[in-house]
Amino acid sequence: MAMKVYGPAMSTNVARVLVCLEEVGAEYEVVPVDMTTGEHKSPAHDARNPFGQVPAFQDGDLILYESRAISKYILRKGGSDLLRESNLAESAMVDVWLEVESGHFSSTMSPIIFQCLVVPFLGGETDTKIVQENLEKLKTALGVYEARLSRFKYLAGDFVSLADISHFPAAYYLLGGSHASVLDAYPHVKAWLAEVMDRPSVRKVVELMKLPSA
Amino acid sequence: MATSAVKVYGWAISPFVSRALLALEEAGVDYELVPMSRQAGDHHRPEHLARNPFGKVPVLEDGDLTLFESRAIARHVLRKHKPELLGTGSLEQAAMVDVWLEVEAHQLSPLVIAIALECIFTPFLGRERNQAVVDENVEKLKKVLEVYEARLSKSKYLAGDFFSLADLSHFTITHYFMATEYAALVEALPHVSAWWEGLAARPAAKKVAEFMPVSTAWASKKHE
Repeated sequence: MAMKVYGPAMSTNVARVLVCLEEVGAEYEVVPVDMTTGEHKSPAHDARNPFGQVPAFQDGDLILYESRAISKYILRKGGSDLLRESNLAESAMVDVWLEVESGHFSSTMSPIIFQCLVVPFLGGETDTKIVQENLEKLKTALGVYEARLSRFKYLAGDFVSLADISHFPAAYYLLGGSHASVLDAYPHVKAWLAEVMDRPSVRKVVELMKLPSA
Repeated sequence: MATSAVKVYGWAISPFVSRALLALEEAGVDYELVPMSRQAGDHHRPEHLARNPFGKVPVLEDGDLTLFESRAIARHVLRKHKPELLGTGSLEQAAMVDVWLEVEAHQLSPLVIAIALECIFTPFLGRERNQAVVDENVEKLKKVLEVYEARLSKSKYLAGDFFSLADLSHFTITHYFMATEYAALVEALPHVSAWWEGLAARPAAKKVAEFMPVSTAWASKKHE
């Protein structure tokens, strides 16, 4: 039975899971969850994700939520080397930069994406103060990334890992949005992101993200 | 006598630093806590930025390895010394540990930290408690705790019937929260309450609790 991912591909957290499925070449099905009608708060979805969020994930009897937990499960099951768990030092660095992705990159991108894309879509007005505040935080983080990526090819070291790939969903929206030029001051970051976005798995999921979603 | 191979940099009163210490205590690993002063701005000095370019604590040095981010540090310590606490060896157990670690990080801790900050730490921040912020987070927390109660009604611990980092990772932040009047939210839920008491009774937790003293005398109460 194919693994199932519940939620729209255009959601950054759903996309993260999809890219891992693509990385291991797993058979999977994306099951739509219509967030515009509140389907993510329905009893059926609640049974899969009690926090009423997407993604939810199912592999046989196993139901998981939280995209980074799901991603690790998929990569381990698929025998991927993107976590480096057979090497203490390398896996530790993957964990460090996954925390950084979550706490510094995606956390600042999330309100920017919400204000610039979701709010107008729902007929509201972008709060530019929130966008500016978070862009400043993002620049601070990008400064650290630039220094890191000037020393190492990838975030965890000289090997690509989930820490790098986990950035792609927020990066996709940054690169496609009106604030992409913020990256110009960080050439190593820009080049690193371009390489991540060029991975076949990422290209495939980007196509899914562009589809008119269910 | 050789110096400890493992060093943790930071102030133990921080629940993030103490999360790292808790992992080390639970794993029975010798370590040295290198004290730093938040007031003196030690975390902004170049020698600290060389260890953690984000200028935060904790930092862990283990031989040649320098790590930051408390959850990454805890994972490393346990992967090295007590991998069963990560569910290692079972795809499903490891997944459940990861799920509840993420839940702690994203669903629970932001709320608990916001409440504890307003109720306990505002005197140190030189400002008054913002009750509106407390109330907003309390409403969200009630819903999240219902999910925990449902989970802990089905299994002894968060990841399943085995104790794991998922449980451990909750201790230091919840320790502060339980010193506020909102501890009643936890006490009202029989399974969460029992789980919390079990967690707090662990020798490693008791040891680390000593680094994080909370006096109810200075935890600000609503009507004082």
